Parts: sequence; C-alpha cells; structure tokens
Amino acid sequence: MINSSLKQLGAMLQAKQISSTELTQAFLQRIDDHNPEINAYITIDAERSLAQAKAADARIAAGNAQPLTGIPIAQKDIFVANGWKTTCGSKMLDNFIGPYDATVIKLFDQAGAVNLGKTNMDEFAMGSSNETSYYGKVQNPWDRTRVPGGSSGGSAAAVAARLCAAATGTDTGGSIRQPASLCGLSGLKPTYGLVSRYGMIAFASSLDQAGPMAKSCEDMALMMNVMTGFDERDSTSLQRDKEDYERELGKPLQGLRVGLPKEFFADGLSSEVAAVVESAIAEYRKLGAEIVEISLPNTQLSIPVYYVLAPAEASSNLSRFDGVRYGHRAAEYDDLLDMYCKSRAEGFGAEVKRRILIGTYVLSAGYYDAYYLKAQQIRRLIAEDFAKAFTQCDVIMGPTAPGTAFRSGEKANDPVAMYLEDLYTIAVNLAGLPGMSIPAGFASVDGKQLPVGLQVIGNYFDEARMLNVGHAYQQVTDWHTRMPEGL
Amino acid sequence: MQWEVVIGLETHTQLQTRSKIFSGSSIAFGAEPNTQASAVDIALPGVLPVLNAEAVQCAIKFGLAVNAEIAPRSVFARKNYFYPDLPKGYQISQYELPVVGKGSLTVQVGDQEKTIRITRAHLEEDAGKSVHGASAGMSGIDLNRAGTPLLEIVTEPDMRSAAEAVAYAKKLHELVQWIGICDGNMQEGSFRCDVNVSVRPKGSDKLGTRREIKNLNSFRFMQQAIEYETRWQIETLEDGGTIQQATVLFNPDTGETRAMRSKEEANDYRYFPDPDLLPLQITLEDIAKVKAVMPELPGDMKERFEREYSLSAYDASGLTSSRGIADYFTAVVAQGAEPKMAANWVMGSVAAKLNEQDQDISASPVSPLQLAGLLKRIADNTISNKIAREVFDAMWAGEGDADSIIEKKGLKQVTDSGAIEAIIDEVLAANAAMVEEFRAGKEKAFNALVGQAMKASKGKANPAQVNEVLRRKLGA
Amino acid sequence: MSLSSSDVKRIAHLARIEVSDEEAEATLQKLSGILGLIEQMQAVDTTGIVPMSHSQDVVQRLRPDVVTENDQRAAFQAIAPAVENGLYLVPKVIE
Repeated sequence: MINSSLKQLGAMLQAKQISSTELTQAFLQRIDDHNPEINAYITIDAERSLAQAKAADARIAAGNAQPLTGIPIAQKDIFVANGWKTTCGSKMLDNFIGPYDATVIKLFDQAGAVNLGKTNMDEFAMGSSNETSYYGKVQNPWDRTRVPGGSSGGSAAAVAARLCAAATGTDTGGSIRQPASLCGLSGLKPTYGLVSRYGMIAFASSLDQAGPMAKSCEDMALMMNVMTGFDERDSTSLQRDKEDYERELGKPLQGLRVGLPKEFFADGLSSEVAAVVESAIAEYRKLGAEIVEISLPNTQLSIPVYYVLAPAEASSNLSRFDGVRYGHRAAEYDDLLDMYCKSRAEGFGAEVKRRILIGTYVLSAGYYDAYYLKAQQIRRLIAEDFAKAFTQCDVIMGPTAPGTAFRSGEKANDPVAMYLEDLYTIAVNLAGLPGMSIPAGFASVDGKQLPVGLQVIGNYFDEARMLNVGHAYQQVTDWHTRMPEGL
Repeated sequence: MQWEVVIGLETHTQLQTRSKIFSGSSIAFGAEPNTQASAVDIALPGVLPVLNAEAVQCAIKFGLAVNAEIAPRSVFARKNYFYPDLPKGYQISQYELPVVGKGSLTVQVGDQEKTIRITRAHLEEDAGKSVHGASAGMSGIDLNRAGTPLLEIVTEPDMRSAAEAVAYAKKLHELVQWIGICDGNMQEGSFRCDVNVSVRPKGSDKLGTRREIKNLNSFRFMQQAIEYETRWQIETLEDGGTIQQATVLFNPDTGETRAMRSKEEANDYRYFPDPDLLPLQITLEDIAKVKAVMPELPGDMKERFEREYSLSAYDASGLTSSRGIADYFTAVVAQGAEPKMAANWVMGSVAAKLNEQDQDISASPVSPLQLAGLLKRIADNTISNKIAREVFDAMWAGEGDADSIIEKKGLKQVTDSGAIEAIIDEVLAANAAMVEEFRAGKEKAFNALVGQAMKASKGKANPAQVNEVLRRKLGA
Repeated sequence: MSLSSSDVKRIAHLARIEVSDEEAEATLQKLSGILGLIEQMQAVDTTGIVPMSHSQDVVQRLRPDVVTENDQRAAFQAIAPAVENGLYLVPKVIE
C-alpha cells in the first residue's frame, strides 16, 4: 500500500477496500516509527489529520470524491495552514499558529486530501541540504549520514521513506528538484505564476514557485490538477484556463527533440552522475527521441545573478519578522531599536542572516546599479538563452545536481560550495520556466547506492508534455519504484 | 543681506476609495483599533498585495486635472525601513516610474496669478498609527490606517513665500475635492502636507539646504510653520551657522519647529521594484474612459462663466473657488436668475453671511431655489435692491421664501404713479428750503429730496419712478 | 569590492540584526566569499539590456474596489507577542 500510486490509492478508497482513516493511520504509524530518526516532519497533528480523513470518508461515501480525496499528503512547512503550527523552519516562527490557509492548502483541502503534517525544510527555504532548519537536519533515507538536499528536504525524505503518499515543495533555485534528485523521487517546479504564492511564506518573490514531489510523474500530474490555477489574491498568478495535466500521459515520444546543453556536462559535474544521466538519455533515444546539442552560454552566471536577486528580495521579504505582531520577540531589550535587533538576531539562523545581509548590501545606496540592476540585466540574457534553445528542441535534459547526496556537515561551513549545488537548477527559476527532476538510476558512492536525478526543462506552460516525457521513461524503467532499505 | 525663501510641497492625499489600496479592508475612519487590519494589512507571512482599480482611477483623474503626463507604464517599488507602524518593513510606493508625471497648477496669490509646477504624483500606501499613552514606556500600534491609498503630489521648489505655499495648498485641497478623489478632511488626516523650506541670498540661483516640515494638517499651521522656519533659518545663517538637512515637526502650541529624533540617522531606503506587483499599464482607452466621467474643471468653468455670462475674471474665479460655490451658483442660474445678478449675490450677501458664521456653502440656509426666487422679484421690480437685502436677511433667518416674506411684511414696491406723485407733493411742501437749494444749483439737494421721498414711502417706492416724477415736478 | 567589519556592522544595523564584533569578523569571511562569487557579473557587458523583474511579460491586474475583509482582530492578536486594548504594544516610539 505504501508503494501504491495516487491513482491506485484513489481506486482503493473509492472501492472502499480501505478507508482514508485507515490509510492516514497507517502513514501516521510509519511517521511514529521512522520520523524520530529521519526528522522529515516538523509538525504532526494526528487529530486534525484524522478529522480530515473522516470527512474524506464521508465524502467518498456520499459519492462526490475527487481523485485525491482521502489521500494523505505532506505539506512543506512554508505553507501557512489555519490552526497548524507554521514555522518555515525558523525559530522566528516557532510560536506561530497559522491564522489562515494558503491557497495551496485550501486547494488540497477542497480536493478532499488529508494534510498529514508539515515537513521540515531549510530555514525560510534558504539552503540545499536541509541543515539550516531550526528543527534539526533531515536524514536522507538512502544513507542516513547524508543530506536529503534542500530546501524541501523534509518533503523529499518523507516521500522517499514512504512517510506520506506525496508531498508539496517549493522551488526558488532548485529546492524541489535537487532534493528530489538526492532522494530518488519525482519533483516538478511549474512555470512561474501557475501555482498561487498566496500563503506560501516568501523567500524570493519573483522566483518562488510551489510544485509536487511524488513517486512518479503520473502522481505529479494528479497533484498539478489540484495545485494550479488562477488566484485573485496573487497579482503574479496567471489568468489561464484550468489544464488537465494527465492529458498527454501515454503519448509516444517519437520525434521528441531533446536538447543537451553542453554547459551542463562540463567541469563541476561528477563522473558518476554524468554516467547515470547519459544512460538515461540513451533510454530516451530508444523511446524515439532525437538528441540535439544546444548551448546555454550564461549558465555559469546564473549563480552570481541568483545570489544577488534572491537575497535582495529576501532581505525585504523578511523585514516583516520584527517581533511586533507575531513571531519571536526577544525577552529583554532596552528600547524599540534594541527589540528589533535582538529579536531578529535571535530568531534567524546564520544562513538566513547572511542572506539578509547580502541582500541589504546589494540594494544599499551606491551599489544598486552595480549589483541589483546588473543582475536583472543578466537575468534577461539567461532567459534569452532558453528562448533560443527552445527553437532547437522541445525539452532540455541534463543533470539536476552536480553530485549525489553529500554527507551532513560536508558543505555546511562553505556557503559558496553549497551554492554551487544549484548550478543546473537556478537558471530555470530566473527564466520562470518549468523544470522537473526524475529518478534516473543510482551511483555507487562509498559502497552505497545513491539516487541520481535527470532534469527535464520545458518551455513555458509545457508541464503536461514534460510529465509525459517523464512518464514514458517511468514506463520502461523502475528507478522510481525503488525504495530505501530498512523502511 | 536680503534673503529669499524657496518652498516645495509634498502632499499626501487620501483617496476616496471604499477599500485599501492592496487589500479588501475598509478604510472608514474611526473604527476600533486593528479591526480594519486584514491579514494583508498586518503583513502576516505569505500574504500578497493586489492593486485597487479605483485608486488608479483617482490617479488618472488627478493627472488630467493638472494637465500632466499619465504614464502608460508605471512601477511599484518597495521603500525599506523599520518602523512599528509599517508592518511589512517596507512601504509600497512608486519611485522611478510614477503614475503621474509633470503637470502644473495655477493659483491666485493676492491679485497675482502664479503657476506652480508639479513634478510628479505617485500612488502609495499609508502607514498605521502609533498611539501613545498605552502601558508605561510602551506605544500602541493601530494598523487600521495601514494600506489606505494615498496619492503623493510633489511640486517643484516654485513657491517664494508662506502665502504662495498656502495658496497652492488651498487650491490643491479644493481641486482634489472638486474631482472627487479626496474628502479633504484635514482633521482626519486625509490631506497632509510636508513642506520643504530653504533660504538663499536674494538673486542667488543656488538652492540652500532644506529642512522638511512634516505632516502639516491645517493651512494656518502651515503659514505659521513656514514663517517660523524661514526666520529660524535666516537667523541661523546670519549668526554664522549652517543649516543641516533635517526633518522637523511643527508644534502648534509653541509655534516652533524642532528636528525629529527618529529620523536623524541617514536613511537608506533600498528602493527596488516590488516583485509581488507587476507593472501598472494605463492605456489611452483607460484615460478616455476617465475623461468621460470627469467633472468640468474649475479653470474651464471659470473661462466658461466669463464667456457665457460676461462675468469679470475676479467674479468667475471666486465662483469657481470651490465645487460647492460653483454648484450653488450654477443652480441659482438654472432657476432662471440673471447670471450677473446671481454672481453679485453669491459673491456678496451669501459669501458675507457664510463668512460671518464661518460656514461652508453647503450649510447655507438659503437654497439656490430660494435665492433665485428673490432675484426674480428684483428683476421684475417687485422690490428694490435695498428691500431685497432685508428680504434676504429674513430668508436667512428661516422666515420662508421671498414671495411670502414680501407679502407678509408688505414690502412690495409702490409703482402706482398717483401714489408716488402724492408722496412727492408732500415732500416738496415740507422741504421748501431744499427745493430752494436745488434751484440755486445744488445737485446734492435733489438726492436729499429723493431720500425724503423714499423714506416717506418706507423704502417701497420705485426709486426710478421717484426720480422721474421729482425731476418733472421741479421742472428740471 | 572588499568589505570591512565596520561595513558588516553598518549593513546589519540597516537590517536590524544585532551582531557582536566577533560575529561581524566571522560573517565578514563568509560574505566576502559570496561577494567574490557575485563579482563574476562585472565581466559581462550589459549595455542596453532591459532589466528583467518578472519572468512573464504581463501587467498588473486590478482588483474591484470592494470591501471583502471582515474583522479578525481576535484571531490575529491571539498570536501577537504583546497587545493591550486591541493595540500591538512596542517599546515607546519617539518621534
């Protein structure tokens, strides 16, 4: 059952082979058993989850179930959920009980899904290893000494360890795709503007986008059908007709033009990952895809551009955490200024503070043009690289991350090394394009089999085709069905 | 040394919308603290702004009213600073690309016209309020006002005296009410001015260092504050001191200005385009739609009054000095009153009464219909101008409309020539000395005889007829 | 572009984050590394390129001017650090 697809679970629920309550209890039991070690969840509220499960059972009994009705989904702790503790992985919000529902939460609720709990994450989504969380690091279920990636590391570990049926994540520079790659699951960052950001605690507003993290592309299609759609509460939400993301599944890939950017296979890519990615591409060739070499010449620049724009936006987005209306307030202070400085110094962790400082610096008087404006100009060059590439191919493929999961602590003290983890994912956020990671095999590292992800980048609004590209591969491979041992 | 003061204004006008600029909260004044502060207004984590269409309409109206460029594309930016009444830690405003560009406003200063250049006007959100007198050593924060839509209107440093600055502020105050974008309520803070003041030696073309007087919410305080600040700056310079750029507050109790402590440190607002909002696009069609519902502007109306009614520039300007007066005058004329006579009465007796009682024309106890009724009786010779003033006073006192007062008090003019001749015969008989003086060539004596005749008729005789009969009888 | 530890303290003050002298020193090391990374941008000629703020070329949607929110003060202030008579309490604000 824990390995069943969302579709299978839906069918079992509707056939009353199992109730949502039983299913939810089963996952809650697994969480009880394994979460103390893996630490994928920050908050579990069995009572709330089971109440939702009960409502879902009633809905199924009444015959108006939707595909996800009764299915337990884990929510990244970046989404504000009414009545749920919502921390964003930060001490700053350790006492914060959500007073409203994020649009994503509301949509899953309306679909009848069960909120199984709030998953661990890098503090304010800033990190690539889940080590910056105030609630402790998350173990990679494939090797407990290694990181699950980040920032959606808790969601990734929860899906990989089968502590939920599927999960949500958010991706500002790779935070869905990189942990999906490191934990051996499927993750999709949709086109910017498809999923409402209302109630998703902002990191870098012009880059943040929520998406599904699941065992397969088919599961992700079902989740996309629920998560996407215009939201009048988000000015950047796109006014488009609702799409059916399952519609392309099963179509042949014959004639699909797959672009391989030469910059994705250059220095910095580990040889084990390169080998796995190449064999996946060989598989696509067998499926009828046509491989073309392309170039994304400004790839290398995406990191500096990102580490100007994201911290700049973040420094401003995080100003609201001032200890006045909610969140952490220092116990002792001299005056108003001191209250601000102490509350924020105590409430934020080291990486968040670093990024606030960088962002404050690049926006400050005299530096704005040289940093912020320059970065926005190069951002356009990066987007134009993709526009040109998509005249030559339908989808772009390459590695998701330069390596496999690294050991906890290995890069924790070297921010620059950590930032390079996002080399292949960041440009996609800068351009606002959809990007996906799917399990492509395993690399043997220090005697352990560690998952490797294949990244698929599509043109704007091409998620349905991308999901089919992944789905076709998942019909002929079984990497996505593998499960870590001991669980 | 001769000094010259240089003044520029930044005016925050609160726009007359129903809801806030970026949220669906009410902006009604006077609610219990924080009961009109939604998730967006208190900046809960995860919330996002969505722009109010009406606020944009107001900005377009203003742009049209001051003949300004309306930007086809403008951008919202974040102004970053920490303050407890600013929940997000930034204010959403417009910086590099404001919605309204260069325009101008012509004002009357004494008998001179002066054109003040408007640099720009931009949309932004208001902050909340700090309330003092909460627990000891603490301030209370009320965020009901946070997110109220504002249009900040900025001028060039074109004013050269407190009087000019006040004339501009008053004119702007009238204009924003005229076009219906602001209720103009200064006590409630709907119209607040920041005044930049600097001084320089007369004849210099270099600007001196300015100090900004914040949040003036009365024209009298503005006058006092500018006068005090000007004197202070001149004295400081003459004593060999220098002026430091500063933000100051005016204290109405002492009549003095003092630098604000909280704004002392140099600010670095780190403006950047707000990624939560997209560029605001205003098309020519959008502008045309607003134009179609714009009321006639005071300047256009003034010209029309001069042209259509042959009014003097002075009268036309007075009649269009506020929407209320213009509407009143227009209504009197629409009831059939002769325009020139209507202008004289509105600018004369009506204005005098209102002035006396310090009231707005909306509070006039004499309605336009009633005034028109009175003027009709002057025009048809039922009463004289003099009697009309008596009738007007009675109308003001609430004694009814003109006809009933004339009837009740028997004020109808005597036009029966037999009756007038009889009165004049009596007057001539009783005033032989005056008749002699007149015959000796003293024209003054004639006027005195007219006066006696009018007196004898209790003011009701038709003055023109009295004149005519008298001259005839005196053989003049 | 090289930073000094007094720069770090100035930026930290702008961002309202307390840093001790030792923290400023340690932070300086890491920030300098990140700024070094960022410096790569300066090699690119960006003359005439329009800055990109948003990934989609769309314009702001406008909300009808309707009051849609109701009073939620009790719920919002239940999670506030300090309130009194409906007001959020902060150390005295000096103007």
